Amino acid sequence: MKKTIQFRLNGRPTKLTTDDDRRLLWVLRTDLDMTGTKHGCGAGLCGSCTVVVDGKAVRSCQTPLKNVDGKEVLTIEGLEQNGKLHPLQQAFADHGALQCGFCTPGMIMNAYALLQQQPQASRDAIAEGMERNLCRCGAHQRIVAAIEEASHAKGGRS
Amino acid sequence: MTTTVQGLDRRTFLKLVGGGIVVMVSVGPSALLGQERRRGYPEDLNAYLRIDEKGHVTIFSGKIEMGQGVMTSQAQMAAEELGVGLDSVTMVLGDTDQCPWDSGTYGSLTTRVFGPALRAAAAEGRAVLMQLASKKLGVPKENLLVENGVVSVAGDPSKKVTYGELAQGKQIARLVDEKALLRSVKEFKLMGASPKRLDGVDKVTGRAKYAGDIRLPGMQYARIVRPPAHGATMKSVDVSAAKEMSGVTVVQQDDLVAVLAGDPETAAAALGKVKAEWTKPSLDVDNDGIFAYLLEHAPAADVRLNRGDLAAARSSASRVFESTYNTAYLAHAPMEPHTAIAELKDGKMTVWAGTQTPFPTRDGIARAVGLDPKNVRVITPYVGGGFGGKSSSRQAVEAARLAKAAGVPVQVAWTRPEEFFYDTFNPASVIKVASAVDANGVITMWDYDVYYAGERGTGIFYEIPNAMIRTHSSWGGGSGAPTAHPFAVGPWRAPGANMNVFAAESQIDIMAAALGIDPLEFRLRNTKDPRMRSVLQAAADAYGWKAAAAPSGKGRAIACGIDAGTYVALIADVKVDRATGNVKVDRVVCAQDMGIVVNPDGARMQMEGCITMGLGYPLAEELRFKGGDVLDRNFGTYHLPKFSMLPKIETVLVKNDELLPQGGGEPAIVPMGAVIANAVFDATGARLYRLPMTPARVLEGIRKAEKKT
Repeated sequence: MKKTIQFRLNGRPTKLTTDDDRRLLWVLRTDLDMTGTKHGCGAGLCGSCTVVVDGKAVRSCQTPLKNVDGKEVLTIEGLEQNGKLHPLQQAFADHGALQCGFCTPGMIMNAYALLQQQPQASRDAIAEGMERNLCRCGAHQRIVAAIEEASHAKGGRS
Repeated sequence: MTTTVQGLDRRTFLKLVGGGIVVMVSVGPSALLGQERRRGYPEDLNAYLRIDEKGHVTIFSGKIEMGQGVMTSQAQMAAEELGVGLDSVTMVLGDTDQCPWDSGTYGSLTTRVFGPALRAAAAEGRAVLMQLASKKLGVPKENLLVENGVVSVAGDPSKKVTYGELAQGKQIARLVDEKALLRSVKEFKLMGASPKRLDGVDKVTGRAKYAGDIRLPGMQYARIVRPPAHGATMKSVDVSAAKEMSGVTVVQQDDLVAVLAGDPETAAAALGKVKAEWTKPSLDVDNDGIFAYLLEHAPAADVRLNRGDLAAARSSASRVFESTYNTAYLAHAPMEPHTAIAELKDGKMTVWAGTQTPFPTRDGIARAVGLDPKNVRVITPYVGGGFGGKSSSRQAVEAARLAKAAGVPVQVAWTRPEEFFYDTFNPASVIKVASAVDANGVITMWDYDVYYAGERGTGIFYEIPNAMIRTHSSWGGGSGAPTAHPFAVGPWRAPGANMNVFAAESQIDIMAAALGIDPLEFRLRNTKDPRMRSVLQAAADAYGWKAAAAPSGKGRAIACGIDAGTYVALIADVKVDRATGNVKVDRVVCAQDMGIVVNPDGARMQMEGCITMGLGYPLAEELRFKGGDVLDRNFGTYHLPKFSMLPKIETVLVKNDELLPQGGGEPAIVPMGAVIANAVFDATGARLYRLPMTPARVLEGIRKAEKKT
């Protein structure tokens, strides 16, 4: 149904009138021209489209727009502050925790929510928390190391 | 010497790049690998550098960045030879209007084959600049130093001139041969170092653009009517309901029926309204029956090696070990599905495509839309993984055809189920080996037949006096004969080598175990190849190997191989759950000799990537199908390696600065099947001959092994 939906996107008030059953992924990528969030499987199985809604990681390809009405949406584009990389972004770059980079925005957003919920996540907890995000290049070992470092860098606050 | 610059003559190129010094490189056929020639690509590679008025260097390379790190390693090689800092280099990759022709990014060829050409270009660039500097400063070349693009007089650093000043307003084209003096390992400042990936910040911020991130005014999103099964033909199609939707355009052109809309969801909805009927051929084969089917349809053998007297060796052997190995069809499953955007403007077709083969893709588009290749431009943004699967770029042709038919820019982005259908899968294979060993543990015979995996990885580095190797069909399909595969197959990271090394290195372990010889000792006893011995030893040292014959119950094993000029040995620890059959790999140690290492950390990333990706085909990946129906169409049933499968990975780079850089993108994945199979045997006494070793197959293997004892 066509509706006006309002939410905060990366800290900025956002308002659009469209079918509220549409998936957040396509609204971000098409209507809002924010292409950092990727389409990988369309079924919530790979995590490439992960964004953070009210502090929780969600699969934007499975999220109807109406679910974010009045909420706070954070995407990969919103992590950098005043030209400074977020500690997670910095750690991913420092560790070479990426190869093709296509899963990276989803990995980082999933890790962001994970560290919000478990600021002192152990290596095992990180691996467990990242389980549903797929990476075909095999950057897993470095992804775990990067997340672990980012959690330390912020003194447990991400 | 003449330069052949495919698709771009020299004058046009010079006009295009403007001022500065231009260096062209021509590599003779001798520098190319057989693989290139076999595929029928023209036998030249060209590299170009441009140095602008400010001293900034642009490198044009037909290679593409799909994660393997060649944006960074090529910049290092060029900057090293030129004498500039990495921060004054910009890379332009995979743009057919700007870059020199290239056959494609595959086969771990970028560093070992294109690298020397690029280095030679940069070295000659430095030579030209030094000549200019010598004239300008009035000092002989021998008395000049260069650092970070500044040429200064030795002993008088105030006398200096920058590359930018030297290049200003000049347009000098120099033809370079590959003998241009390259810097030696001792002189390296940038090569051999591990700067951060040049693509890192783009990729962690979401700024990195992939094909699907390109936006053009008026662009339409396409969905194409797809057959339900391979081999199905369209009986009828009714597009009337889709046509009635507002904002939807329907394109019907021969076999291509598509709906176009202003957003992907409307396009999907429109596709849902298309009613098509299909005729499905009956093909009574599935992923279990495929091996017998393949053998039945196998083409005649090509003899790759025939030495000694096989018959005599067989009859004199006290025991002949005969095994048959089976491996499954595999999907490439890059995280980015095949995507392309096409725009036809003023008679010129421009296509942004996620492709490993920009130039062949350009030519394919030109044929499909009836344009001269010079009126087609393929631009390759970042590619979200390829692994061989984006050597084939059908989506780019689809986008171009639709853009031409509809007269608007069109995006074709395959859905994951489309990706799992039109992927050129790694072929299923059958490998039969008969081998013999004498009482001293010396291999005497090797009789090897490989069906559908081809030649790569069949090379013997053990001293075996009597050996025969026959290939029946390559990994790419038939050898002229119609393919027996139910769908398209193609190159999958180290094509065929994963399967061949799984079979060969399992067979080696079988013999070692039968004689009660430690598997490392058995390998060392049978190979004199110094590079193989050194990687085996390096892996053993890093692991802390203590000799024991298999099955030792420990669940550790070794396997080795040669790929893309690189030697690699792996040692793995596994745990096998005897109740469930589940195999967990706990630790993998990898030692690799890849000659000079351009970027050690980048090389390690590739080794780790190979090992992690290489957990999949031995343990979990198998494309299930029934006739032409592909049953696994998404990640819910086709299982990629996940974080929970991750072992501790340790990498060792064995120093070999005597050798030019060899391949790095594929070698370490090659022995993964064998090392895990061997470790499962070491843990349980169960020998598995079929990949993947699913829990059910492992349990069955354990039961069989228990019966025997």
